[in-house]
Amino acid sequence: MTQFHLASLAELSRLLAHGEVSSVELTRAFLERIDRHRDLNAFLDVRPEQSLRQAAEADRRRAQGETGPLLGIPLAHKDIFVTRDWASTASSRMLAGYMSPFDATVVENLARAGMVCLGKLNCDEFAMGSSNENSAYGPVLNPWDKGSVPGGSSGGSSAAVAARITPVATATDTGGSIREPAAFAGVTGTKPTYGRPSRWGMIAFASSLDTAGLMTVSAEDAAVVLSAMLAFDPRDSTSIDRPAEDCARELDQPVAGLRIGIPREFFGAGLRSDVEAPIRAALEVYRALGAELVDISLPNAHLGIPVYYVVAPAECSSNLSRFDGVRYGHRAADYTDLTDMIKRSRAEGLGPEPKRRILIGTYVLSHGYYDAYYIKAQQVRRLIAQDFQRAFQQCDVIAGPVTTSVAFGFGEKAADPVSMYLADLYTVPGSLAGIPSMSIPCGFGDKGRPVGLQLMANHFEEARMLRVAHRYQQATDWHRRVPAGFGED
Amino acid sequence: MALTLEDVGRIAHLARIHISAQETELALAQLNEIFAMIEQMRAVDTSGIEPMSHPLGGAQRLRDDVVTEDVDREAHMRNAPERQEGLFLVPRVVE
Repeated sequence: MTQFHLASLAELSRLLAHGEVSSVELTRAFLERIDRHRDLNAFLDVRPEQSLRQAAEADRRRAQGETGPLLGIPLAHKDIFVTRDWASTASSRMLAGYMSPFDATVVENLARAGMVCLGKLNCDEFAMGSSNENSAYGPVLNPWDKGSVPGGSSGGSSAAVAARITPVATATDTGGSIREPAAFAGVTGTKPTYGRPSRWGMIAFASSLDTAGLMTVSAEDAAVVLSAMLAFDPRDSTSIDRPAEDCARELDQPVAGLRIGIPREFFGAGLRSDVEAPIRAALEVYRALGAELVDISLPNAHLGIPVYYVVAPAECSSNLSRFDGVRYGHRAADYTDLTDMIKRSRAEGLGPEPKRRILIGTYVLSHGYYDAYYIKAQQVRRLIAQDFQRAFQQCDVIAGPVTTSVAFGFGEKAADPVSMYLADLYTVPGSLAGIPSMSIPCGFGDKGRPVGLQLMANHFEEARMLRVAHRYQQATDWHRRVPAGFGED
Repeated sequence: MALTLEDVGRIAHLARIHISAQETELALAQLNEIFAMIEQMRAVDTSGIEPMSHPLGGAQRLRDDVVTEDVDREAHMRNAPERQEGLFLVPRVVE
């Protein structure tokens, strides 16, 4: 019997097209794996009858002559995307049991392409965190080492793909929430250009940064799904009006002659040697493939974290003001009046990290501090973005580490917010600039925990970035490694 | 600049989050640490730099004011904590 969970998307597509497996059979196989690996706590809501109904619909579409690379392929959605048929909680007690009246555009686009939803994936509450420890529904375990975090905020997405309990997962990235968990869990995590995927139906955290993306096994898989996901959406006011494109169109082109920029600021004192060694080795692979390595500088990148912790909380405090216990969400049982009801509902429904960010954001937006913090942060944000534009005059893509260290243990940083925030040191600058970026597996560091190589490209150059990732994955097999206990059935 | 317990209480009220005395103490310590980290950004010379509110710039797109979908009232109200006769219930606000 074919080990479906070890097959590439292209292989699964071929099996479906040739009638060697039906979408219902494929969906059932993954649902069984999800059930067997429940201890990972990757999924928050699984409803087999809904998944199998969608799979039967995909099989019916195929029987009527429809084709397509994603028709009948299962995936799972991060519980930040709202769905009609599964609860949408953002991993918050505030939204326990919330049933959305509509599907997010990303969910809708992938369903239109024929993808079958396996359920909703755990994450940090409202996508705020770097370890998945901020979920109201418990942390997710890293399949490579169940004593370490899977990264965050898309920790359910990274763990589920690493464990091969779903072939594809959606994810979201505000300051590194796709790339950091992808690096920690040894999978391919792709964040496209800000504004290309729709934010409609993505529970909002920081609207000028929030970007939908993917966790997959390979860049090739990501390219196919991304092509169906990216589309202009008139319902999202910041959606970019560009025609759909085939993100896989450059995969077969070589990297010979491409200039890969290496930002010297990403190789400073904070970078651990067990991470630096696999990153340097990966850069040598590119050199051997004929790419030119170019020394570049991002002189303002170190300001990324302070800027981010003004901009993101400011926007978060505004977005999360909708949770008042009136129209939906948690309502406190005991209160004295309307204001007290709202205050107590928010106190009970929101966890410590969202509350902390709401307080920071409320302060930096308050009278007398707006210019000193929010406007100032937006100005420094432009300086950081300008660094990238200067760098892209010297190189075609940028490569470096995703994180300073491999995945850390549970509880190691939970009590110290600032040390947790610094986990996103290398990912935040790209988020602030809104450029596409990704993490691909490139080896293992301390304790056999995975290391990710970060690739960044200029706005709208997803196809080039995916080509660079794919050429590496053709020359190496780190992305095909499966954690012990999750390979053979 | 360091916040005081009074500041934290005022911010929590503005944010409409009920906060206990013990939580205020913890929040004060953590917020001061976070603002100390943010401080290095404030030292940067940004004279003449235009604030960046959207990574790709561009003007806010407007749409035509037309009906695009019918709202299913029941689907939108089924998550309400308390409701009555198609209305959201809140505590009395006008005596």
